[in-house]
Amino acid sequence: MREERVRVAESPARARAIMLDPRDTVAVLIEDAGAGARIVLQGDGSAGGPADLIAAEAIPYGHKVAVRPMEAGDPVIKYGEKMGIARARIDVGRHVHVHNVRGLNTEERSVSARG
Amino acid sequence: MGSFLGYRRADGRVGVRNHVVVFNVAGEIGPLVRRLGEAAPGVVPVVHPHGYAQFPEDREQTLRALAGNAANPNVAAALFIGLGDERDFAEEAAERARALGQRAAALTVRGEGGAGALFARAVEWLKEALAEAEGVPRVTASTAELIVGLECGGSDGWSGITANPALGVASDLIVADGGTVILSETTEAIGAEHILAARAVSKKVAEEFLALIEAYETRMKAEGSDYRKGNPSPGNIRGGLTTLDEKSLGCIKKAGSTPLTEVIAYAERPTQKGFVFMDSPGYDVDSVTGMVAGGAQVVVFTTGRGSPTGSPIAPVIKVGTNSRLYERMPEHIDVNAGVILDGKGTLASVGEEIYRVIHETASGKKCASERHGHAEFAIWRLAESV
Repeated sequence: MREERVRVAESPARARAIMLDPRDTVAVLIEDAGAGARIVLQGDGSAGGPADLIAAEAIPYGHKVAVRPMEAGDPVIKYGEKMGIARARIDVGRHVHVHNVRGLNTEERSVSARG
Repeated sequence: MGSFLGYRRADGRVGVRNHVVVFNVAGEIGPLVRRLGEAAPGVVPVVHPHGYAQFPEDREQTLRALAGNAANPNVAAALFIGLGDERDFAEEAAERARALGQRAAALTVRGEGGAGALFARAVEWLKEALAEAEGVPRVTASTAELIVGLECGGSDGWSGITANPALGVASDLIVADGGTVILSETTEAIGAEHILAARAVSKKVAEEFLALIEAYETRMKAEGSDYRKGNPSPGNIRGGLTTLDEKSLGCIKKAGSTPLTEVIAYAERPTQKGFVFMDSPGYDVDSVTGMVAGGAQVVVFTTGRGSPTGSPIAPVIKVGTNSRLYERMPEHIDVNAGVILDGKGTLASVGEEIYRVIHETASGKKCASERHGHAEFAIWRLAESV
């Protein structure tokens, strides 16, 4: 992906992101986004979903951006599944990663397994 | 409803290849088995280092893996070669393969009065089996008769975004046709076990699955390794993976979204159709060998960094996660899921392509790993040699 990174670095004002499932609250950047960059959503989950958005901060490719707002304690949804819990409010366009998301604990997992 | 052209065996199951296979059951005679493959062209020699000197649980697992691979419907006939001492299990392996519906026999060095005599007898047996196999025609079979093994190896940051969920789309299509997919690699499911358990068809299957995860983690902890503490790794986090749940979700997405119908032991044959989970390690060669022993006629393998892994018994179809890999190593890739990143394809379109390639391969078209002669074989070891 090296060539692509070079190209994106020259033009950080626009970056593409993939939304995997229509229920998701996050999308995965496939190009680096600079702060203020327009993020264009693509992928199977993007049709009829949230509109394109603006990166609130620089986010590297492979990392996640919030496409729907999440309050502290809300689930973070990727693949249509709970991949973690928001530790603070996360606005649309923010970087979603270890600084504002934690994994599910054993109890949350067993509740989910019992359906 | 899909269909393919396969070889219908005496027990009704359908193979996608028509191999005559010879196995060693002791490491000591591996090279002899390799020479048998040269002496009887067309025969597939399967050589491995496992022998008699094992703990009972490993002996049982080795036997099950050998007999299961021999009885895979891609195999027309199988011969086991042993040493013939009191611990020899060549005859036991052949018996188990026969119980699984296969034409199988055993020959031993001591039983034949030396390696020279054994070699001559074995070549004769194999040539006869080859001649018989040649007469078996390909006939139309339904996708409902396919078992597809799901694997990943050499994963990268895109595996969970492109190739794995696209393979999940193909898995759902196979299951909708009444077929079977096997997900394995127990280690990779740690962290997403609650999601798979919630998909189980019954409380019993959910509990069996959770017990499998717990048992694996207990064994890892006994060796001083805590998977949950070590994952996602610092490299994973730099790449953008945030939680273990997310990492494991990316892996289990290979199995699509249908209910979990059964949980089986390593190298065991499923009794249910649909989405089945097999206990296996994350090591791709062990895992593929186990699923083929379970009867998978085709394996689909996703890779981000390129992996040559194949199987001597089943075609292993490779799905690449990014276009750069496809451009650099086309010899290792059958389907390029990188088009999803390029905006030239979707999970749905790549999933349909994988489904189509599974059927073409099942009907006889050679996939990349077969064209390049990749035929790895390894059996999951639980303990040391004794």
